[in-house]
Amino acid sequence: MSHISIRDLSVSYDGHLALKGISVDIPDGQVTAIIGPSGCGKTTLLRCCNRLIDLTEGAQVSGSVLIDGVNILDPSVDIIQLRKKTGYLAQRPYPLPMSVYDNVAYGPRIHGTKSRRDLDSIVERCLKATSLWEEVRGRLHRPAGKLSVGQQQRLCLARALAVEPEVLLGDEPTSALDPVSAQQVEKKLVELKGDYTIVLVTHILRQAKRLADYLIFLYLGELVEHGPAAHIFSSPRDQKTRAYLGGEIS
Amino acid sequence: MEPKRLEESIFKALMLLSAVIVTASLGAVLVVVLVRGLPALSLSMITQVPKGGYYLGGEGGVLNAITGSLCLAGGATLAAFLLSLPLVLYQQREFGGGTALAGLTRLSLDVMWGIPSIVYGAFGFVLMLYLGLRASLLGGMIALTLVELPIMARAMHEVVKMVPAELKEASYALGATRLETASKVVWRYALPGILTAVLLAFGRGIGDAASVLFTAGFTDRLPSSLTEPVASLSLAVFFQIGTPFPEVQQRAYASAVILLAIVLVLSLGMRLLSRKSD
Repeated sequence: MSHISIRDLSVSYDGHLALKGISVDIPDGQVTAIIGPSGCGKTTLLRCCNRLIDLTEGAQVSGSVLIDGVNILDPSVDIIQLRKKTGYLAQRPYPLPMSVYDNVAYGPRIHGTKSRRDLDSIVERCLKATSLWEEVRGRLHRPAGKLSVGQQQRLCLARALAVEPEVLLGDEPTSALDPVSAQQVEKKLVELKGDYTIVLVTHILRQAKRLADYLIFLYLGELVEHGPAAHIFSSPRDQKTRAYLGGEIS
Repeated sequence: MEPKRLEESIFKALMLLSAVIVTASLGAVLVVVLVRGLPALSLSMITQVPKGGYYLGGEGGVLNAITGSLCLAGGATLAAFLLSLPLVLYQQREFGGGTALAGLTRLSLDVMWGIPSIVYGAFGFVLMLYLGLRASLLGGMIALTLVELPIMARAMHEVVKMVPAELKEASYALGATRLETASKVVWRYALPGILTAVLLAFGRGIGDAASVLFTAGFTDRLPSSLTEPVASLSLAVFFQIGTPFPEVQQRAYASAVILLAIVLVLSLGMRLLSRKSD
């Protein structure tokens, strides 16, 4: 489990400020939800935690994101190790263009696991952890793109777990899924907390209510309020938070 | 009729007309080639080399040109592929995409695409003189590579550009390097399109006559070495159609049928291959 601590983080895209001096500590082994209206910087904040932000053209990042005391924004940080440590779930599942098995084995393979037996056991363990094993054990070597979207997203979760991360980052990971699949993914995330520090971007307030232990509310790139979820939902301090939770701004 | 409806039906008719023109042109070419060529097509055409007096109506076939064309286009396609891969990789944003050099490369490929193949033939000829080579398989391959390279590299670039950024991110997020992502994810995703690009270039190369005219020469023998002249189907068509004998002219069409068949078989084969790898 890792401790994430964000200090004075600002991000701009081609001069437009998307995040303005965010400082917040993310509790270990809990689910932290980042909420706020569209375009408030939720995804940007998440993408700073595994430096996927590096891939965005024109993004300028300042401040620091400390994971276990190391500023991961430092150019000298080993980005491969960082990303191994932080699993990532995107909005829509993007299975790699290969078989179900190879999707899960992809991460371990690039990090040096060669033995077939080790890979077999990793694949089985991760597919079981995401309750996919029974559904796909007969078609492990068929293309992953043939699975249903809900299965694909659980496969993406299994793929992320296979590199043994300590942090799980989810960018609205259920937004493309049908209600039943969304529920399955949510259930998995709840089971996984405790072993992982989970950070979720969500625009669904009810989901945040169901899942989050800790809440971060962003508005127009600023950190408006953060704290234990139950506390914020019951008695938000800031007027903007109240307006957002009340559905007045979205 | 209301003006809006009228406008719509006029444009619909125009679209239909252009569709008809395109398919009819293709059909007409195929019909002419097949009608003229099929009667002259025989087993000896594809199993024998020209015998004495072939171009006057004598015995023999165009096996020399078939094998020559396959060697020329095969070699050039391979060379163009090996050059295209790093070029296309470099155009990616994670590598050199967006830099001035990448822009210059793109521009060069665009310009190269527009250069007539006879110019590559002439250039290849000068290059060969400089290197002390004579008309040969190698010379033909070099000239053909220049013809095929821009076609393949640009087509491959378009295909690789279509790979979703999120797919690459999924790979990066697992800690993969740029090269791992390119070679394991981007490559596989784009494979059907890459095969199409290779085939497009091959089809262009095997049919090109102007670039091999000075560089590969022509011979009645089968290709035996990189430094010996080779025959090609395109030039076989050209020479045979230029004779005053109707039966030899018919063989020109038969050679064209063979050329078409090679491209067709390859294209079907590639399609099957890419479907299997899916």
